[in-house]
Amino acid sequence: MRPVSSWGRLSAEPHQVVDLSDIAALVDQTRGMGPAIPLGMGRSYGDACLNPGGSLLNTARLDRFHSFDPETGRLVCEAGVQLRDIQRFMLPRGWSLPVIPGTQIVSVGGAIANDVHGKNHHRVGSFGHHVRNLKLVRTDGQAIDCGPGVNPDLFAATVGGIGLTGLIATAELQLQPVAGPWLDTEILPYRSLDEFLTLADDSESLWEHTVSWLDCTAGRRTRGIFLRANPAVDQAGKPPVPSRRAVPVTPPLSLFNRLTLPVFNTLYYHLNAHRGGTKRRPFDTFLFPLDDVQDWNRLYGPRGFYQYQLVVPRDAGPAALRDILDIIAKSGQGSFLAVIKTFGERASPGLLSFPMPGITLSLDFPNRGARTERLFVELDAVVRAAGGRLYLAKDARMPRDLFDAGYPKAPELARFRDPGMSSGMSRRLMGH
Amino acid sequence: MDQKKRIVVVGATSSIAEHCCRLWVQKGPVELILVARNVALAERIATDLRARGGAVDVSVETMDFLSVPAIAEAVARWTTQAPVDIALIAHGVLSPQLPCQEDLARAHEALEVNGVSPVLFAEAFAGAMERAGNGTIALIGSVAGDRGRRANYVYGASKALMDRYAQGLQHRFAATGVKVVLIKPGPTDTPMTAQYKAQGRKLASVESVAEGTVNAIERGTPVAYLPRKWQLIMFVVRNLPNFIFNRLNI
Ligand SMILES: Cc1cc2nc3c(=O)[nH]c(=O)nc-3n(C[C@H](O)[C@H](O)[C@H](O)COP(=O)(O)OP(=O)(O)OC[C@H]3O[C@@H](n4cnc5c(N)ncnc54)[C@H](O)[C@@H]3O)c2cc1C
Repeated sequence: MRPVSSWGRLSAEPHQVVDLSDIAALVDQTRGMGPAIPLGMGRSYGDACLNPGGSLLNTARLDRFHSFDPETGRLVCEAGVQLRDIQRFMLPRGWSLPVIPGTQIVSVGGAIANDVHGKNHHRVGSFGHHVRNLKLVRTDGQAIDCGPGVNPDLFAATVGGIGLTGLIATAELQLQPVAGPWLDTEILPYRSLDEFLTLADDSESLWEHTVSWLDCTAGRRTRGIFLRANPAVDQAGKPPVPSRRAVPVTPPLSLFNRLTLPVFNTLYYHLNAHRGGTKRRPFDTFLFPLDDVQDWNRLYGPRGFYQYQLVVPRDAGPAALRDILDIIAKSGQGSFLAVIKTFGERASPGLLSFPMPGITLSLDFPNRGARTERLFVELDAVVRAAGGRLYLAKDARMPRDLFDAGYPKAPELARFRDPGMSSGMSRRLMGH
Repeated sequence: MDQKKRIVVVGATSSIAEHCCRLWVQKGPVELILVARNVALAERIATDLRARGGAVDVSVETMDFLSVPAIAEAVARWTTQAPVDIALIAHGVLSPQLPCQEDLARAHEALEVNGVSPVLFAEAFAGAMERAGNGTIALIGSVAGDRGRRANYVYGASKALMDRYAQGLQHRFAATGVKVVLIKPGPTDTPMTAQYKAQGRKLASVESVAEGTVNAIERGTPVAYLPRKWQLIMFVVRNLPNFIFNRLNI
């Protein structure tokens, strides 16, 4: 048994960690296991990848590529391969993953099981849209192939299935051709939510990546920075090697508090507002700015932090967001990284996929116990009323009724669950 | 025009060796000869490397690592086909101390697999590289070879053999184009050390140790402690007077 935390560092409960490393022995290693849950890189913020008192099937060393066809861009690899590794090896060969979340340090299995999205959701949908096939190993000793064309129901349950349908052993991914690592990027300051929405609407047809940062300490006087990028047409030059900065120790207190947050946010706003304009940047420093700062999650101090990511439908969205920003400003518990983005129309492939057409906002909150929970209860009410949902990859505390309301297809998952799989999250939200 | 680097990896299923190969296939055209006892695993590693790299040529071989004639024959064959640029000798088993104390056969095996066999491979490559006037021999030693400790002195002794051997080989090749690199990893996060991790010990990542290894080979660093902090730690451990050292439970 050893203590394991997820990215939010809210708990460090003992787990039995089973290190999987040999794909050939997988069926034998997982047969009869339980209660167990797969663990990728532990980049989920809450308890999706935790199983206190039970087993974690650690896939970090299931990290081999099986085949790559440079003609078609089809890659077959083991579920523990990190997205960063795929990019490192495939970009020089002219191929890229179509979807990468805000960090590249996630596993293929974790990306499928949370059906993650990137800054180009409006163009390409979510990760699951690009999975052609996968091999699922179940604790009863079966190994089952599924994909859009084979066992499509099991596939839909597994994409976004938060590990509950079995262990994804390998996956076949469709990569997309790219000219090179450079992006032409543009930074635009905006001063209201309406301005943000106009920018988002105008950008979606012309820009591949869009995302925006928003100062949520400012209440209704929303201001923010809109970022958009397209692959550069000419790709001359080699990208610089990123520096690695690390946060060596956990500070005794969260560095983000009532005093520092408005300062950080104002600083960030003005720094970027003045930087403005267009610039050519390497794709990774634009898309994953935090990957260079190792362990930045420690900045929130020993009690950890929550991320609250919601999506609300486009119609009800603007009003709901205004309410949410009001509530946060009043609570004084701001968030340093409030990220806002619009999702495209493409229907998500999984029963429990998070993306739906609308606006998504994610906020970080240091864990201040009951005060923080009270704030969440207020926010939950707005999300529920607007017909939205919270993201399971980020959640550690939503109540069951909000889950049931936000994920109407959840009951269908029951048929496909691997009885040997259970997680802190599944017990909290589904009762077992 | 064949600019492919030719690399022989003995003990290719070792995690550190596998990660070195991943870095090599990323760097450019390379021909890898993977030598392993577990052929099925080595084939999976070869498949991975072929999928990762564009211009890579990977083959797998198996042999008896303890047979002197087999070592001589294999190295002669590899080096006469074409010059070998790098020989990475990485095989070994973690031999726990107690079984070695209780069973001479286990001690014998530990000394042979971890010490004698790597040295014989290196010696066979040394002759061929000397004639070619070029090449790098890299050996994976261990910080455990720096001072005998009750916790693992049989394993440590085998690694110490490698240490003194590498020193002599470096002396022999001092004025030539042949380089000899001894890698001394501290405890590294590999399947071999899973039990340490379960005890909650902090281990270096295999990726970082492999990166250090590939860099040391490129530069021809005679002795590389990985991660670097072990150079200082082992300096202290080596120089502790016996009356202190013998009381420590390390
Ligand atoms: C800085 C940061 C930025 C992020 N940005 C985004 C973003 O922009 N968009 C987004 O969508 N997400 C984002 N995330 C969330 C992250 O992408 C997801 O949590 C992702 O699933 C993490 O992958 P992982 O490998 O760490 O999986 P884990 O967190 O270890 O596991 C996630 C889930 O997948 C399951 N799982 C893992 N491996 C397997 C397997 N082999 N078989 C079956 N189930 C498995 C686990 O059981 C668990 O339920 C971000 C996270 C961080 C830390």
